[in-house]
Amino acid sequence: MTQRPLLTVDDLWVRFPGRNGPVEAVRGIGFEVGREKVGIVGESGSGKTLTGRAILRLVPRPGQVTARRLEFDGIDLLGISERGIRRIRGRRISMVMQDPKFSLNPVMPVGKQIAEAYRAHFPASEREARERALDMLAAVRIRDPRRVYDLHPHEVSGGMGQRVMIAMMLIPEPDLLIADEPTSALDVTVQLKVLAILDDLVTQRGMGLILISHDLPLVASFCDRLLIMYGGRILETCRAAELHAARHPYTRGLLESLPRIDRPVRELATLERDPAWRDAPPG
Amino acid sequence: MSARAGGTMIEVDRLSVTFGRGRVALEAVREVSFRVEAGAAFGLVGESGAGKTSVLRALAGLVTDWRGHMAIAGTALGRRRDRGFYKLVQMVFQDPYGSLHPRHTVDRILAEPVAIHELDDAEGRIRRALDTVGLGPAFRFRYPHQLSGGERQRVAIARALILEPRVLLLDEPTSSLDVSVQAEILNLLMRLRVERGLTYLLVTHNLAVVAHMCDRLAVMNAGRVVEELTVDDLRARRPRRPYTRQLLQASLGYDREAAAQLETFD
Repeated sequence: MTQRPLLTVDDLWVRFPGRNGPVEAVRGIGFEVGREKVGIVGESGSGKTLTGRAILRLVPRPGQVTARRLEFDGIDLLGISERGIRRIRGRRISMVMQDPKFSLNPVMPVGKQIAEAYRAHFPASEREARERALDMLAAVRIRDPRRVYDLHPHEVSGGMGQRVMIAMMLIPEPDLLIADEPTSALDVTVQLKVLAILDDLVTQRGMGLILISHDLPLVASFCDRLLIMYGGRILETCRAAELHAARHPYTRGLLESLPRIDRPVRELATLERDPAWRDAPPG
Repeated sequence: MSARAGGTMIEVDRLSVTFGRGRVALEAVREVSFRVEAGAAFGLVGESGAGKTSVLRALAGLVTDWRGHMAIAGTALGRRRDRGFYKLVQMVFQDPYGSLHPRHTVDRILAEPVAIHELDDAEGRIRRALDTVGLGPAFRFRYPHQLSGGERQRVAIARALILEPRVLLLDEPTSSLDVSVQAEILNLLMRLRVERGLTYLLVTHNLAVVAHMCDRLAVMNAGRVVEELTVDDLRARRPRRPYTRQLLQASLGYDREAAAQLETFD
């Protein structure tokens, strides 16, 4: 990162009120994102999804988000008004969710939904928006954009639905895309195609990308940098290419618990979870 | 029905499965054949819609619209399966959240197959089954919602094992689990197979899981077996068919060059 980072997160906490005091889902984490691909990796309950949602102030009630600093391009994301965050959401920071089936309107043609996303942020006629949406469908490598434009969500496959979602999130040309398990529901070959689209957009448009996933080897092969989360904390940060040299016992444990294609493993390592990982003061 | 050691345990010959009739008929499985030796672990691999789960469900008797020949331990299978079949063959499903009755305790879940098969010593069987899968007696009177995903899958395995079957049909048994929990379940399945001489037929989309668990595998696409190969050939990247090569390449992680060269196989 040579210039100022796009996103600065410092001492971020997400808490939910509970019967025995607040439950701390994200616990004092900090990181920066530039115009690069950053992977947030963790198992279920690690706080990775809530971290993504906290950036866009999308943590559901009664969750509370606090931070010493949560800044995007010089804007204090926690300080600005609800109107202010709505101007950033979608337009400058976008989010792709895991399952297109639950994120698309089931009774509207997919192309129209993309065109609507464009008109929500730019003054444009319906015809202009339609042209832009068709271009965007072509950009996410949909072979016959005119035919797909008029299809309803139930008429498209999982891979195509996810590409439609990405087209919708990218049409306002955001500076930062947060993708939460964008390919987990897809077959491996389709997964690769969708990631290639995201990869090209980061390279060609200089977008920043936060990829949230449980799939450590996949994220390591795709991203520039990795944040390993556990129990609401970031346990380790490393360059993806140097993951093999990771030092934290949790990261090592995750790597060693994976079955391998390239060589046989007699018995997979199982993780011994150290309570101290959870309790150590945020550093 | 008793299986001879070293003989063929599972035999599938020109199996076809069709869903629907007439114009909307879908041939999910087309003339699939393979054999699994007693005590071996065989993988069925493919992407969604390949037909791999339909093969498993036809074997288990959960799909009735099939043609061809199937046999377990030398006995040909008909449309209907008797109790003897389920004493020999049990199945573990993908989703441990959907495959256990939400309002039955673990005790009742495990007692049911014992009662259906009119076996004695339910008490001892339940205790031993829980012990085998690494769950202590404290789990016996809990409900599924009080268990983690990994613990539920252990209960599902205990339920399958309580009848002391010779064959386990495993349908993506670890796909919905975190990798650290997956490791525990895969280790458990590996240990059980050695200890009990079980025969496994494992359906999965995950090549690494198949490489870890199995000796041989068949790769399926669009209802057909594309090729059958040994895990050694898979590890050495020696598949013969372009489809398998591409699947293997894609399973090794992201590679911009490889992504550009992906083809569609129908």
